[in-house]
Amino acid sequence: MESQAFQKTYTKLNNITKATVSLTATGVGYDEIALVEDRMAQVVKIIGDQIVLQIFSGTEGIPTNAEVTFLGNPPQLKVGDQLAGRFFNAYGAPIDGGPEVEGKVTEIGGPSVNPVRREQPSELIATGIAGIDLNNSLVSGQKIPFFADPDQPYNQVMASVALRAKADKIILGGMGLSNDDYLYFKNVFNNAGAMDRIVSFVNTTDDPPVERLLVPDMALTTAEYFATQKGENVLVLLTDMTLFADALSIVSNRMDQIPSKDSMPGSLYSDLARIYEKAVQFPGKGSITIVAVTTLSGGDITHAIPDNTGYITEGQLFLRRDTDIGKVIVDPFRSLSRLKQLVIGTQTREDHPQVMNTAIRLYADAANAKTKLENGFDLTDYDERTLKFAKEYSNKLLAIDVNMDMEAMLDTAWELLATYFSKAEAGIKKELVDKYWKEKDNKKDKESDKESDKESAKKSDKDTDKDQDK
Amino acid sequence: MERKDKTTGIVTGIIANLVIVKVDGPVGQNEICFIRHNDETLMAEVIKITGEQAFVQVFESTRGLRPDSKVVFEGHMLEVTLAPGILSRNYDGLQNDLDKMEGVFLKRGEYTDPLDREAQWEFKPLAQKDDQVVAGDWLGEVQENGMPHRIMVPFKLKGRHTVKEITKEGKYRVDDQIAVITNEEGEEIKVTMVQKWPVKMPIKAFKNKPRPFKLLETGVRCIDTLNPITEGGTGFIPGPFGTGKTVLQHAISKQAEADIVIIAACGERDNEVVEVFKEFPELEDPHTGKKLIERTTIIANTSNMPVAAREASVYTAMTIAEYYRCMGLRVLLMADSTSRWAQALREMSNRMEELPGPDAFPMDLSAIISNFYARAGYVYLNNDKPGSITFIGTVSPAGGNLKEPVTESTRKAARCFYGLSQSRADSKRYPAIDPIESYSKYLEYEEVQKSLRENMDENWINKVTRAKDILFTGKETMEQINILGDDGVPVDFHIRFWRSEMMDFVILQQDAFDKVDSVTPLKRQKYMMDKVLEVIDKEFEFQHFEEVGDFFKRIINQFKQMNYAKFHSDDFKTREKELDDIINERVQKEPAEN
Ligand SMILES: Nc1ncnc2c1ncn2[C@@H]1O[C@H](COP(=O)(O)OP(=O)(O)OP(=O)(O)O)[C@@H](O)[C@H]1O
Ligand SMILES: [Mg+2]
Repeated sequence: MESQAFQKTYTKLNNITKATVSLTATGVGYDEIALVEDRMAQVVKIIGDQIVLQIFSGTEGIPTNAEVTFLGNPPQLKVGDQLAGRFFNAYGAPIDGGPEVEGKVTEIGGPSVNPVRREQPSELIATGIAGIDLNNSLVSGQKIPFFADPDQPYNQVMASVALRAKADKIILGGMGLSNDDYLYFKNVFNNAGAMDRIVSFVNTTDDPPVERLLVPDMALTTAEYFATQKGENVLVLLTDMTLFADALSIVSNRMDQIPSKDSMPGSLYSDLARIYEKAVQFPGKGSITIVAVTTLSGGDITHAIPDNTGYITEGQLFLRRDTDIGKVIVDPFRSLSRLKQLVIGTQTREDHPQVMNTAIRLYADAANAKTKLENGFDLTDYDERTLKFAKEYSNKLLAIDVNMDMEAMLDTAWELLATYFSKAEAGIKKELVDKYWKEKDNKKDKESDKESDKESAKKSDKDTDKDQDK
Repeated sequence: MERKDKTTGIVTGIIANLVIVKVDGPVGQNEICFIRHNDETLMAEVIKITGEQAFVQVFESTRGLRPDSKVVFEGHMLEVTLAPGILSRNYDGLQNDLDKMEGVFLKRGEYTDPLDREAQWEFKPLAQKDDQVVAGDWLGEVQENGMPHRIMVPFKLKGRHTVKEITKEGKYRVDDQIAVITNEEGEEIKVTMVQKWPVKMPIKAFKNKPRPFKLLETGVRCIDTLNPITEGGTGFIPGPFGTGKTVLQHAISKQAEADIVIIAACGERDNEVVEVFKEFPELEDPHTGKKLIERTTIIANTSNMPVAAREASVYTAMTIAEYYRCMGLRVLLMADSTSRWAQALREMSNRMEELPGPDAFPMDLSAIISNFYARAGYVYLNNDKPGSITFIGTVSPAGGNLKEPVTESTRKAARCFYGLSQSRADSKRYPAIDPIESYSKYLEYEEVQKSLRENMDENWINKVTRAKDILFTGKETMEQINILGDDGVPVDFHIRFWRSEMMDFVILQQDAFDKVDSVTPLKRQKYMMDKVLEVIDKEFEFQHFEEVGDFFKRIINQFKQMNYAKFHSDDFKTREKELDDIINERVQKEPAEN
């Protein structure tokens, strides 16, 4: 490695715990990397001349006379164009049988962007999935996770999002990825002929869990290279951040730190924020967008991991199986893109905000009708129609297997509205209705049209859903 | 703490940003020191001393730091620099001017001057030779963004002083001498426009601090109308993620009737401060028509900036607020989110292996929060002029559960509680302030009630109480309807429910992104409240429950159009007329009585 001149070797360990070893040494810097019998380790504590090293792969089999070499630098990566198309492990070493990469040696986990130098995120990212594009539009420079139970096909969704988004580079950070999922990503990227746009850092379930702590920083350091040096729009995929957080708790636990909620370390918020805040729109050119996965246990978003994530990211995409249609959908109620305001109706068609809100409101009405049904109350004609609408809306728009462009999504939404509802029930601004309403010979229309003129509702959510407030 | 020779030391231990230093002389608790690391200097603060060991928290990353590095102690605590030219600036938590930093990325150990030393200020003396003065008294003033900025006797000076010389009107730089004063011993002190103050100490240069009594108009209806905050009052906004804390705080900082607004972005998102950076120079203060940025200072210590500086950021913001309050100005201070500050305390306390309190927060969390909130308030200065700091902090409760230490401690300290509810946010009833759970203790203050009677109307308190009752009954009724079914209850239940829905939709819900609806002046709030109560007092008859909802939906829609129209504009009047027509439709259907 680079800093040969500074390397110091020691052969006497004073203490060994499950995760750490300590020894007497001088001139060692905090966060510095060391090799303990060829295992990667990092300085986590210095008290006088006592140095505590955390060994990423664990201390099993380490003897007290193990050879310890300090490398004189924090974890680093050689960044350069050669990274493109390659697969690496958590330390940045190739795992695809290819040669070592040449490039500029860069410390990972580097400094933050000065907030006054940031630009406001502004470019819509189209994914073809209406549950995202229509209801929760993504913007370049945004950070957003999928919240999904472990049995949902989040990696598949993420792969399609990655390939359809027009990113210059896609950086995959895999943490605790199953070997099957690793091969899946490799295959999909290969088949799409997109290999030259992709860089992957992968820690699989076969690798020691603590190693994954390096993966996000490796991925983001690479992203910063392409975004700042090449002015590229980079999409970073981090899956699964829950396993990353689990590794944090393993470490803090082994180091006897006092756990806070859900046995997570007290610094979880800062640890996650440091990663997610790397999402940025740089001045001039270049951006980093982060799409992550946070797996839930039984849909519980109050657990410390999704909870802290939600407090950091700019919304979340909630995947759920819709049993009525037997498909996985992007749940419109529990999902949110906080940056969608920056693009909808301006970069997308003018009717976007209204159509989106109206469809979701009617979908909520359907949910209420369903509750009524379950509680044994009678359904009105309106209730019946919302139920039919909900099913088709779910199937044609919310399902994750949808792939169409924005115009088609909006047109589909208008079509569904016209099929099941009157203009008054839709309650959309008159100018938009005049322009986009897809006339069906629906007798419902004539009855209530006289009302609809007056209801040039500026906001379409004026309808109240008393059941929603439960 | 000031001493002739600087104490020095060497680094003997490093655990993340906690560094142990062996010192060769006296050190003070909270004293600032600089650690030399290669060609960088890292700023740190003493947080514990045992014998010759000082434990310091470093305001930077300690990556690469080695034992035996040299440390120099500065002989003072963390201080802010106070002078004209603070407004419109973007600082980090330690008051470094972010705009002066070079490059796109923040550099460790880069500290920049919070002031512009070259700018010329038009100085006007206010004191005269031989005047007797004490700390905080006004010696002169300059105009800062069109606002009087008083140059005061430095807060650090103790006892009486006599003005010996005062500079005459003219243009001066901040470091120029503007007065010479002598203390009781006859020593001369040269005064410039710049002074420093340690952030963790409250500035007490005022005569007294009465209970707040004056309503602070925020333009947010469910605050001003239902649970008003006062000038010099304190409030907090707890809520699960995504329920609208930041949007609400931004709305208040745009609209509230304040002279100075200080925003502390404490451990939150970068993009949210970027939004303020981009918007505030464009938007206008609804009260003065000047650009919002002219009255605003932003302290941005976002979540990816060093954790220790996050804690400092709220104190930096508070001290700047106190400085402006001493000029007789109305200051509004916002901190988003105080939970991140509490978490910073927790991280450090854990590293020091202190005995943890609930949820591993430090034992004295409650006291720390109380002391901080106590620095806000309405004051009379020595010259009897009033000044105020109104403080509103957000709280981000873990798991959205309000029974956690930060929320509970803040509840003890703050007088207004604006709890955001997940279910209201889910059903897009923004701002999602829970009308039943939230409260303002100020409503119970005799002097606030008096001011409301005088400024709103004689019966205002009764109306507010009534509105709350209607909302409460509405909620209960909804629960009953849900259990018994729509036709399992008398039609009256539906009327009761829809009256409360009307109150909710017309008064509580407010579109923060609409130019007109987002800001509602008090007069207009009163007008709308009266109008809604007028409709509530009307007796309508319905045959069937479905008619009730249909009818009230039309009324609500009409009201909403009024909310979106300029007050008393033609559009507003037309909508109101249409509203009256709808109401009369129903009333006329009944057998004519009068
Ligand atoms: N008054 C409002 N009007 C319309 N939309 C709103 C309003 N308040 C909040 N929202 C919506 O809710 C989203 C989240 O709001 P906000 O960022 O203020 O939440 P928060 O409580 O600060 O969350 P966090 O704790 O994660 O910071 C906004 O992006 C916006 O879409
Ligand atoms: Mg927020």
